Amino acid sequence: MKTAVIQFPGSNCDLDILHVLKNVLHVEAELVWHRDFKDSEFGAAILPGGFSYGDYLRAGIIAAHSPAIEHIKEMVSEGKLVIGICNGFQILVESELLPGALLMNQSTCFICKWVKVRVETDETPFTRHIKRRTVLNMPIAHAEGRYVNDPEGLKELHENDQVIFRYVNPRGEVSEDSNPNGSMDSIAGICNPERNVLGLMPHPERASEPVLSPFSDSDGLKLLSILKS
Amino acid sequence: MIIENKKLARDPEGETIAKELIERRGISTIKSVRSGKYLRFLVEAGKEEEALRLVEKIANELRIFNPVVHICNIRIMGESR
Repeated sequence: MKTAVIQFPGSNCDLDILHVLKNVLHVEAELVWHRDFKDSEFGAAILPGGFSYGDYLRAGIIAAHSPAIEHIKEMVSEGKLVIGICNGFQILVESELLPGALLMNQSTCFICKWVKVRVETDETPFTRHIKRRTVLNMPIAHAEGRYVNDPEGLKELHENDQVIFRYVNPRGEVSEDSNPNGSMDSIAGICNPERNVLGLMPHPERASEPVLSPFSDSDGLKLLSILKS
Repeated sequence: MIIENKKLARDPEGETIAKELIERRGISTIKSVRSGKYLRFLVEAGKEEEALRLVEKIANELRIFNPVVHICNIRIMGESR
């Protein structure tokens, strides 16, 4: 299965994820310019982090109108896997492939730090190898990552088991102190009802080699290794 | 076009302006501040109503605001100087 890493103007984590896929996981992966992307050549796609189109108007909204998104929608309807990391998550939300919105952090600051996220469900292709309630170390780096949805939307997410990751404290508990950006219900990552589209604010590609982690672990690989299959 | 957060979505920028600028001056009659985004469109149209309808249409179709969290107000402002 070949994975596409889609590059938009302003993507800046594209080469990081490509490196992890090719050189750490040894999976077939290719960097594709968004206007050249054709879904039929790939079994999975990653929308990487960055600042597509300078985050103008609203992070992710301009990239959501790229022709690549039509191809992504085609992949999603065929049941192929799509992962949006950080700005990629924002693009998926603005493409309406995932529900809700990602707004300015409650602190109004850009936040770059390591956080702990808890795996809320193993009932997705992305987390099926990770035991539920496992706590993963991954860094975040964003200004607009506060997940917001209306009460009905939030209820649906929980009822359908679509919340995949929540920010937690070192004991693995959800708390106000461990919520870095003010996200509703400390949500760090969600999937679509069909469970083949994942969006998350933390960067698994920056947590995939022990040498890059203050914890000397590679928790990001636990998630990304699903692309090996 | 003015885009601002619905009440369900907190507005940290507006809250900071209210708390750190206005409240600190001891002004108690301003109860809250909401920040937003402002876009001015120059539209070629026969009538104001026509211009308004066109901008409303693109706001919805191009998702210039996110209907889950934003309210969007569109007004005729006259020509920009």
